[in-house]
Amino acid sequence: MSFSPATIVAAHPETPGARTLTLEVEGWPGHRAGQHVDVRLTAEDGYTAVRSYSIASSASSARLDITVDRLVDGEVSPYLVDVAEIGDRLEIRGPAGGWFVWRGDDDGPVQLIGGGSGVVPLMSMIRSHGDAGSTAPFRLLHSVRSPASALYYDELRQRAADDAHLEVRHAFSRATPPGWPAPPARLDQATIEASVFPPSEAATFFVCGSTPFVEAVADWLVDAGHAPERIRTERFGGIGVSP
Amino acid sequence: MGFFSSGFSGRARSDDPALPPGQYLTESFPVLSAGPTPRIDDNEWAFSITTETGVVHAWNWEQFRALPAEDVTTDIHCVTSWSKLGTGWRGVSLDILFADVDTSADFTMTYSYGGYTTNVPLEDLLGGKAWVAFEFDGDELEPEHGGPARMLVPHLYFWKSAKWVRGIRMMENDEPGFWEQNGYHMYGDPWLEQRYW
Repeated sequence: MSFSPATIVAAHPETPGARTLTLEVEGWPGHRAGQHVDVRLTAEDGYTAVRSYSIASSASSARLDITVDRLVDGEVSPYLVDVAEIGDRLEIRGPAGGWFVWRGDDDGPVQLIGGGSGVVPLMSMIRSHGDAGSTAPFRLLHSVRSPASALYYDELRQRAADDAHLEVRHAFSRATPPGWPAPPARLDQATIEASVFPPSEAATFFVCGSTPFVEAVADWLVDAGHAPERIRTERFGGIGVSP
Repeated sequence: MGFFSSGFSGRARSDDPALPPGQYLTESFPVLSAGPTPRIDDNEWAFSITTETGVVHAWNWEQFRALPAEDVTTDIHCVTSWSKLGTGWRGVSLDILFADVDTSADFTMTYSYGGYTTNVPLEDLLGGKAWVAFEFDGDELEPEHGGPARMLVPHLYFWKSAKWVRGIRMMENDEPGFWEQNGYHMYGDPWLEQRYW
């Protein structure tokens, strides 16, 4: 698998810290929900940097959207969030990843748990699920600091309202929307257990976030009686300052 | 390539010759795993090598820790593009574990608590190239990094260094392990950038 030239054809901010880029890649083969791409940037002097980003767009479309969260001392993410413009070129390798993937022909229950920008590959699954008219019971629990940092908040609420097979829950750790029924609180085991499918449903779990988030959530799920082999995890925060 | 990414200058110029192509340096120790972290007590832990004829060589924790161990300082390279240089480990060389193993098979499948598997040619485990490690930076290995013990095969991408290692099965033919069935390369040489199929 090698790098292919890509062009940024659209871009919009999702939150103050994150931006979605739509990329046009010649010969793009399409992707499966949950997969990622490697993005390579080349500086004028030939220096290159590669980072992996989850695909946010639906697997039913040929569209390739990535949502990039700006890392405080990141090298690539500040460029993609703040500097890159429509028409700029970069290179893409992918799609990659065969494990953290939801296949549209699976109608078993699916529990998605995202921490912060860990929701991006889960959003691809939700969009794919909706676009395909899947009747697989889907639930999302998204843990975020505040409404301002909640990626895709309005779209998620709208999709949940329109689709009987999708349920969306948010957990706010620092600040809530006005009138929210509960005060902000750190995500804990009790909230997880109250929010997700019970073990008797034998749901497949997709958990994505920072390493501490994924470690804690996966431990809680195992502790609550969910089968470890049905819990799939993906972590980010390989470099730079973890929030 | 004939173009550059307008406005991108980059920050960290790593022309360190220890860095394989496409890798960047990290000081932290990121975690990559496909599922929950198994919790294994030392007194439940066992490690075995099973030959192609079904002969089993097994060690419990006490027996394993009684084997000669060595300190290893090495660079590690993750397929997700980070590299960490000069990491310090302590472990038992696979040369010691294979000393009494009679096999003519060329391939191995390493398997782990939690169900993970990864395939490595036998010659990549022998000759001072691989260890079963139980310490990192002078401390016992944390569960999220593979404790009580993990494989350390640092000349290959780090997914080949199975965490929570439980045993090695000899194979006549090369077969894909977990990530190898999910898009990663059969061999995984970081200097050849053998990341994906």
